[in-house]
Amino acid sequence: MKNRLKVLRAERDWTQADLAAALEVSRQTINAIEKGKFDPSLPLAFKAARLFGLSIEEIFEYGEGE
Amino acid sequence: MKITLMNESTKSRNPFEARSCRNTRLLMVWTFAWVLTVALSTFGPRFLWDYNTGLSALAILLNIGIGIGMIWANKVFLRDSDEMQRKIQLDSMAVALGVTLVGGIAYSTMDQVNLISGDAEIGFLIMLMAISYIIALLVGRKRYL
Repeated sequence: MKNRLKVLRAERDWTQADLAAALEVSRQTINAIEKGKFDPSLPLAFKAARLFGLSIEEIFEYGEGE
Repeated sequence: MKITLMNESTKSRNPFEARSCRNTRLLMVWTFAWVLTVALSTFGPRFLWDYNTGLSALAILLNIGIGIGMIWANKVFLRDSDEMQRKIQLDSMAVALGVTLVGGIAYSTMDQVNLISGDAEIGFLIMLMAISYIIALLVGRKRYL
């Protein structure tokens, strides 16, 4: 699953640690999500969407064949 | 669903990671205490109280009590881990359980049909479980991190 977390984070000048603190997960988890190595659960995706004031679809994109 | 809004005072202060560190330390302390009570109940009768039945039973009860504490600490550790950490732990435990089950039955069968010299020892199973868990944990971390 692709996502725009890195871009959205950079736009706000947040580090991975900042975002991890806001979402109450580890920095490693944010890193893995940004790299597409780990897909977040629905509650975590909703939490990220609310934090950025966007819809889930505006942050996460489900690619064909995944 | 609680969301922490970002401001200068909350930036980079991660309560999740602080809690995670505290739980890891708690689990480490309980595990160390449990290992100590295993040693006490194993070697105590021989070296400390000359096989006094009451003291041996007490040492085993202490071992079980501390063991329950260790299980609780592990549950707290898993409960407070984030979803990716939980997935890595779950995968690692699945591998460790599977390897121990398959290896344990094979080892026991080898003992029964005399393919190994001496009796099967449970210590080997514990080692097999620990090694397979650590390897699976390292593989899991490498996959996601």
